[in-house]
Parts: sequence; structure tokens; C-alpha cells
Amino acid sequence: MRIEFCLSIALCAIPLCAQDHAGQYTQADIERGSRLYALNCALCHGVNGDSISNVDLKSGRFRNATSDEDLAKVVANGLQGTAMPPHKFDTSEMTGVIAYIRSMRDYGTGAVAIGEASAGKAVFEGKGACLSCHRVGAAGSRVAPDLTDIGSIRSASALERSLLDPNAAMLPINRSVRIVTKAGKVINGRRLNEDTYSVQLMDEKENLLSLNKADLREYKVITTSPMPSFKDKLSAPELADLLAYLLTLKGIN
Amino acid sequence: MTVRPWLLCLIPIALAAQVTSDQLVNAALNPKNWVTYNGSYMSQSYSPLSQITPGNARNLEQKWVFQVESLQKFESRPLVVNGIMYITQPPNDVVALDARTGRAFWIYRYNNSPDARPCCGSINRGLAISGDTLFMATVDAHLVAIDARNGRPLWDVKVAEAAAGYAMTVAPLVIKDKVVVGVAGGEYGIRGFISAYDTRTGKEAWKFYTIPGPGEPGNETWEGDTWKYGGASIWVTGSYDPDLNLTYWGIGNPGPDWNPIQRKGANLYSDSVVALDPDTGKLKWHFQFTPNDPYDYDSVQVPVLVDTAWRGTARKLMLWANRNGFYYVLDRITGEFLSGNSFVKVTWAKGLDDAGKPILTPQPPGTPVYPGVQGGTNWYSPSYSPRTGLFYISAWEDYASIFLPQANEYKEGQRFTGGRPVAPIAGANNPSLRSGQINVTTEALGHGSVIAIDVRTGQKKWKFDMIDVTDAGILTTGSDVLFTGGREGYFHALDARTGALLWKGSVGGQVSAAPMAYELDGKQYIAVAAGHAMFVYGLRE
Repeated sequence: MRIEFCLSIALCAIPLCAQDHAGQYTQADIERGSRLYALNCALCHGVNGDSISNVDLKSGRFRNATSDEDLAKVVANGLQGTAMPPHKFDTSEMTGVIAYIRSMRDYGTGAVAIGEASAGKAVFEGKGACLSCHRVGAAGSRVAPDLTDIGSIRSASALERSLLDPNAAMLPINRSVRIVTKAGKVINGRRLNEDTYSVQLMDEKENLLSLNKADLREYKVITTSPMPSFKDKLSAPELADLLAYLLTLKGIN
Repeated sequence: MTVRPWLLCLIPIALAAQVTSDQLVNAALNPKNWVTYNGSYMSQSYSPLSQITPGNARNLEQKWVFQVESLQKFESRPLVVNGIMYITQPPNDVVALDARTGRAFWIYRYNNSPDARPCCGSINRGLAISGDTLFMATVDAHLVAIDARNGRPLWDVKVAEAAAGYAMTVAPLVIKDKVVVGVAGGEYGIRGFISAYDTRTGKEAWKFYTIPGPGEPGNETWEGDTWKYGGASIWVTGSYDPDLNLTYWGIGNPGPDWNPIQRKGANLYSDSVVALDPDTGKLKWHFQFTPNDPYDYDSVQVPVLVDTAWRGTARKLMLWANRNGFYYVLDRITGEFLSGNSFVKVTWAKGLDDAGKPILTPQPPGTPVYPGVQGGTNWYSPSYSPRTGLFYISAWEDYASIFLPQANEYKEGQRFTGGRPVAPIAGANNPSLRSGQINVTTEALGHGSVIAIDVRTGQKKWKFDMIDVTDAGILTTGSDVLFTGGREGYFHALDARTGALLWKGSVGGQVSAAPMAYELDGKQYIAVAAGHAMFVYGLRE
């Protein structure tokens, strides 16, 4: 049953289960929902479903809904006191919208080879040395983005793109900065936030720093990723295993 | 019985109407009050008050804060009349505050219909006042008159059908004995209109459809029945020239937003400015900025009216920095195009022809178009200072979207957008209507700035850059101080002549409204909505 449901997800070549919930969605429902999402939802929620603070539709977790029925109520009635307005959908349209939201993490992603998660964990912790920069749960470093829930917010193909071509896949938010203070101190770190007058970052020793730009002699945002491409560093089976492991990382609960 | 002298003083004040028609016309003569959304009928967002100067602005300090009971985007710009501040609390409560302390006199609570479906947040931009009556347009498309003394409703009229996607977020404009509003809903396939109501009774006086019907000039710019649901909304307050007796309003995008092949033709009067007779609603002239718009380049900007010498001759001008990235100068008597050039990076057109029409340079499908969907600027109140001769714009620079059109059947009450815009960086979100997670907007996706344009030359005089984009309006003053904010949570005072930073305060949230100024007890105050609170500043004593 579980496998059947997963195989029905549009364009998803491998069995991935994004969420555990009642319901089966047909390819037609998901496709219809995708079109309706683009027209009705993307303006505020963004094409990735994560434009609104603390709302990530791809994650399958919602503050105001658990079941598909809950979701349909929120979509139909809106949420008082928020920017979410009511939406006028007939039954088949609503089914499509819910089907798409439940499937959007993996919608439209290409076929990706997925291996064995247990072997992937060994690559992650061993040959890949991922924990030297990334963190999962209580293990590893904080200098690169925390991956504890990466399997619930990224598709397999997005993860593969990050591993093979990290420069192209890196979001501007995660860029490295190189700083020299007026006192001559050199600071390298990962940008967490920036405004006209200041920058907040995590340095190589995991310290949170907030600096005034007026106190800096040099401030450089580096557009290349500090993570190497694993294209030639891992074999195809190792990469498939690593992806399988990353997809099991669904957060602390 | 002894009549106490103070009683004699109180009686005439209590009997006088708070804001007369003359006071609205001559707002600049009494800068202690702020009686229309943009400060005057000229909509210059300029206050002649001059106590806060470039020399003492560093002594600005917060005087009071009023937290609103709402987490909606707070875009309200206050009115201040004789020491009382009137604001809207999102979506449609009205609050009367002591402008000296921020303490509330009363709150009028309006309950919107559950049918209301504003596209982009349950927000409101402010009020209008005439006599002792406040006017508010609501997100369920009603117009409500409220007694300014006790906060009680006087009348409530339904302007349009909320369930069909009509909404109102605009601060109304009172002209003589009428209150003028326009309807939003350009993402729902409405047929936009501007309408006027008797200030005393709420009776509709006239209605001007922003899409001409069959038989009217301009209807031929819509194919087939597309005029019936072509959008052309209004959500920012217009201006008024009492000498010409013309009121000017900026009109929004045609619908569906991003799929122009569904509505072949120029789509009048979408993305235009219209000049109307405020007594009858009759169209005097129009000027269209973006014909058959595929980018959602609403012309919902504030028409800024300026009387100045233009190439040696005194002229009545209208200044317009458009969402489409071009800055225009029009003659506001006739609508004649006088000059125009881009103020941010623009790739959808390479310039404007002699009539002000864009010379199109469509980009290949699936590639970035500059400016992006939120435009080179948007609804944020610009400012013109008659002292500096500079026009000040909140701009989004180096900002692009990829537009993905999609066929979209019209269904009443449903979104009618015809596709979607996406960011040119894969996986990144375009800067949206409000800041979401921290640092989603970086230099890679564009940035905000304040641009000062010399009206005589059309050239940039100075520029103040920010890292994040900005939705804040601008205020300039009679001592050449410019106030504005942005999404980063700062409130800035700049030197209006040079753009130099004079002072900044932390407001801890996005500024999505324009500041305003008033005077009380001989002291100048500056107020601005930020995050979910109204902040008021004055000089340290």
C-alpha cells in the first residue's frame, strides 16, 4: 500500500514517502493541483512553498492542519488574523490542491538513483567527511547548514544537485564571508543575516558574531561554495547510498 | 454664577468642524496637522515643518509606541488633526490616539465578512477626514463613515461584492462634499472602478469604470469579453488639483496578470493614470504607461503634482516613477508626455518613444526580465521637496523575475493570475510582498535604495543603498530632512540634499508605510508604522 502510494507521485521515479497521512493522490489530481497552486498560492507561498516565515508547505507539517480535511478547511476558509484569504475551489479542485501540496517536495524532480541508507550513513560519516562541516542531530559541526531535517525539505534531485554542483545549488543565504576588521583581525564564516549596517555570521569555531560594517576594513561575500563537488570523489553507488541516507533525515521527531 | 474663562475657550473649539474643505485645499498652510494620506492634495509627501534639521537629527528619540492588535502587515499612515492621531489597525479597526502620548481615546472595531479575499494580506493604508467624519475603505469592499469624536459608525455602504474578489485597501480621498475610493482585486478578474459617495449620506454620486464597457472609447482595446474581468484595480490614493478641478488616480494591472495573449490589445485603462472630474466622474484624459502588460506592472503609484518651471516655462506637472522602471514627467492639464527615462535596470523595453510609449525588447521566454514582478518601485509614497527640487523614490535595483505564463480560465471569486513569476536563482524565492525568513533577500536577488532625481534634468542627484529591498514610503520636510525605512527594521533620517545618513533608529520590523509629520505644543513629531506598531519620534529635550 505504502509503495503503491509512493509510486503514484508524479514524475517521481523512486519510492519516496514525503509524509505519512491518509489518502492517495492520482497523477491527474497532482497535475491539476500544480496548475492551481501556481495560479492561487505561489504569489504568497512562493514556488517552493517556503516564502512565508515558519511555513514550509513541502515539509508536510502545518501549524493549523494535520489531516487533509484540516488542510482543505484552511484553504477554503482562510485563516483569520493572517494574510491567508478564503479560496473558492470546487471538490475536484480542492482535491488537486491538497494532492499537490502533499506531493510538492518531490513534484517535477527527475529520476535519481537511490541506494541503501545504511551504507549511505557510512559514506556520510566516513569517506565523505560530511560531519566535519555539517551537523545531524547532536553529531558534527555547525559551520555548514544543519542537515537534521534535510530529507523532509529537499527533493532527491535537489540534494543530488547540491552534491554534484554545490556552487550552482547554493542559496545566497549560505554564502561564506571573509572579513578583516579595522584592528586587523581576520574572520571567516558563514553569513546568517545581513543589513545595510551590520552582518551576523557563524565563524569557523561556531561562534555567533554580529559586526558593524563601519568597523571592518574588508568585507567579502564569496560566491563559491566551500563544499567540494562529490562528482569525482564518490562512486555512483556511493552517491546513491548517500542520497538514500540524506532522505531519511526528517528532523528530531 | 461665574463663567470661567476656560469654558469660553472650549465652546468654539467644540463647535468647529475639525477639517473643512478649505483646510483640505490649503493643507500646506497648516503643517501642524496632516489631513490626507499624502499630506496634501498635491501628494508631495512633504511637510513644511522645520524644527528637526540635518544639524540636530542625531538628537531624535522615540517618544511613544502604539502596538496594534494584529500581525497583519501594518501599512497605515496616520492623520493628525488638532493633537489627535487617527490610524487604522489591520485590517479595519480605527483608533484615535493622543498624538502627544499614544494613549487611545477610542477604538472602532469593524468585522469584515468571511467572504473577503484580498490577494495580498488583510491590510489598510489609512483614512480620510472631512468635518468631524472619518472615512475608511474595508477589505470586504465597504466604505464606512465614522464619527471622529466618539468612534461610532455613521453610515456603511457596500461598494462591491467581496465574494467576487473585490476588496479595498486604499485610504479614501475627500474632495468637496464627496469621498472617492477605488477597488482592488486585480488578481481575481474584477472589473475595476473608482467611485464617489456623498460624505453626509454615503449615497453613490458617480462611478467610473477603469475598463470601458461596450460602445465606450477604449473598449476596443480588449478582445471579446475580456473587458468583463480585466482587473485594472485601484489601491493607492489619488491626488487633486483644485484649480483644474481634476482628480488623478493610478490604475493597476490587467488580468490575468502574466498571460497577455488571453487579453490581446492595449487593455485600457490598466497601467494608466486617469484624470477625472471629481463632480461627475467624467474622464478628462488618460496616459497609459504599459500597454498589454505581461509583468504585473501596476501603475498604482501616487500621482505627485508639482508646479514648477519646466524648460523655462511655468507648468503644472505630474511626476511618476512607475513600477515598470521608467520615470515620467507629464503635463497634468492635458496628459501630454514631456519626458521619461529608466531609473533602475530595465530590459523589457529599451526606452520610450516621443509619445512616452515603451519601445519593447521582449526577453526570451524563461529568462530574467528587469525589473522583476514587484517593479522598480511600487505603491510606496514618493516625495517631492519644493525646496530641493528633487523627487525621491523607494526603488528596487538589479532585481529581476522570470515570468511563466499559464492559461487561466476565469471563475468568479477565484484567482485570475495567468501564471507565476519566479526568481532567476534556482531554488531561491523572489523577494515577496513582505520579508519572510531572515536574509532571503541578498545582493544576489536585488536590493533597495532611495533615489533622488533632479526634476529639471531627470538625472539622479544621489542614491542611498540598502542591502534588503524596501517598501517604505518617503517624507521630506521644510528643513531638508528625508525620513524613510525599509525591510531591515531601521528608520532612517537622511540629508535630503546629499543623501547622507543623519540618524537611524531601530524599529525591529519591516517598514511598509510612509512616515508623516505633525506639530504639537510647539514640537515637531515624526510618526511611522513599522512591524506591528506605530512609532513616534521627536527631539530629545
